[in-house]
Amino acid sequence: MNTENTFRLDGKDIPFKKGDTIMDAALRAGEYIPHLCHNPEFKPHGSCRLCVVDVNGRHQASCTLPAEAGMEVDNSSDAIRQRRELLLQMLFVEGNHTCPACEKSGACQLQAVAYYIGMLSPHLTHFFPKRSIDASHPDIVFYHNRCILCGLCVRASEQVDRKSVFAISGRGIDSKLVFNSPDGKLGGSELEFTDKAVEVCPVGAIMPKHLGYETPVGQRLYDTKPISVVGDVAAHSKPEKPFISDKSHE
Amino acid sequence: MNKPLVNEYGSKEKLIVATAPLCGCFGCHMSLLDIDERILQLVELVEFDRSPITDIKDIGKCDIGLIEGGVANVHNVEDLREFRNNCDILVAVGACAVNGGVPAMRNQFDIKECLEEAYILGIGIENPHVPNDVEIPLLLDKVHPIHEVVRVDYFLPGCPPSADTFWKFLTDLINGNTIDFPYSLIHYD
Repeated sequence: MNTENTFRLDGKDIPFKKGDTIMDAALRAGEYIPHLCHNPEFKPHGSCRLCVVDVNGRHQASCTLPAEAGMEVDNSSDAIRQRRELLLQMLFVEGNHTCPACEKSGACQLQAVAYYIGMLSPHLTHFFPKRSIDASHPDIVFYHNRCILCGLCVRASEQVDRKSVFAISGRGIDSKLVFNSPDGKLGGSELEFTDKAVEVCPVGAIMPKHLGYETPVGQRLYDTKPISVVGDVAAHSKPEKPFISDKSHE
Repeated sequence: MNKPLVNEYGSKEKLIVATAPLCGCFGCHMSLLDIDERILQLVELVEFDRSPITDIKDIGKCDIGLIEGGVANVHNVEDLREFRNNCDILVAVGACAVNGGVPAMRNQFDIKECLEEAYILGIGIENPHVPNDVEIPLLLDKVHPIHEVVRVDYFLPGCPPSADTFWKFLTDLINGNTIDFPYSLIHYD
């Protein structure tokens, strides 16, 4: 193997092409690096930091760091695992992630990454922020409680759907997703059920109406196999037509 | 590796376990009982002190305290502190103890809104008034996971944690093994 075009990830040589990030090359080589805001279809966002790796002694986000020959990348040490666990715990306590009462549970990427990391508790003090639900759209509900501000819907709506329905507004704990519509509600936006923006949500923030709890416990995406084997939520989500629209066939 | 909880002489002296339901649904206690016939093995190793299973009301010195449910009222705070003071090892059992769970969904509302919805504005309510008997423990303004009130040694996630999770945890802990749950035993729902 030409060492000029490889870096080492946990002792394995990973080939890369010009312009690849560490994440790009690792995913292509079948090496899993935990991530939430990354989706290979979109420009990296670098916001969730879950893909933190140790590169030559420094912590870096692998989704934004360009690969360079000879890099020594640590993706599996206990120090890196602990750093990722802390990032996950911060995500869990700053939202309202009530898994037992969420219809995304079992097929949620935030949950799946936390299972993969082995997070047993949120450890930190919960914010319990007061966040609303926007159910104004006929086919889609938006749960601000569950949104992790990964920006995937923002990117998908801009780059694929060409609608720019979503944007992130505010600062710190008050940051929230806002909708591009006259009254600020999702129902007044151009969002449609079949939009890419709906498909890419890794958590239970953008949820179809009328379809909850379709898959029995035990058969859900991450029930038996970890995300490192199963892959991302977006790779599996093919939104079906919402049930209510099928009523026209009756 | 933890220190085995059985004494070094292999004595038959049993470990003492207490359990408490705080603001939960009792599902975690039901799941503990779901270990089925393994409970016969368990009672060879442990003796139950205060627990809804034994109906013993006062807690003595215990080796292990299992807490189900979050902290929602002043009684929960007292019980939890009493358990912490009397248990060498305190375990948060289930989603409510670990992160507040479903009861913590009321944290989205003011306590006044919750009480009014339940006792005054709700559908089909007769003689609407907020109960104020002194026997009723005062509610806290928010439901908290137990680690926000006392130090917690171990966490068992799940709603409820499965019987196998209980079994794996208790047998590992009692035998002094590092508690390392396989993927199938870590879930939050």
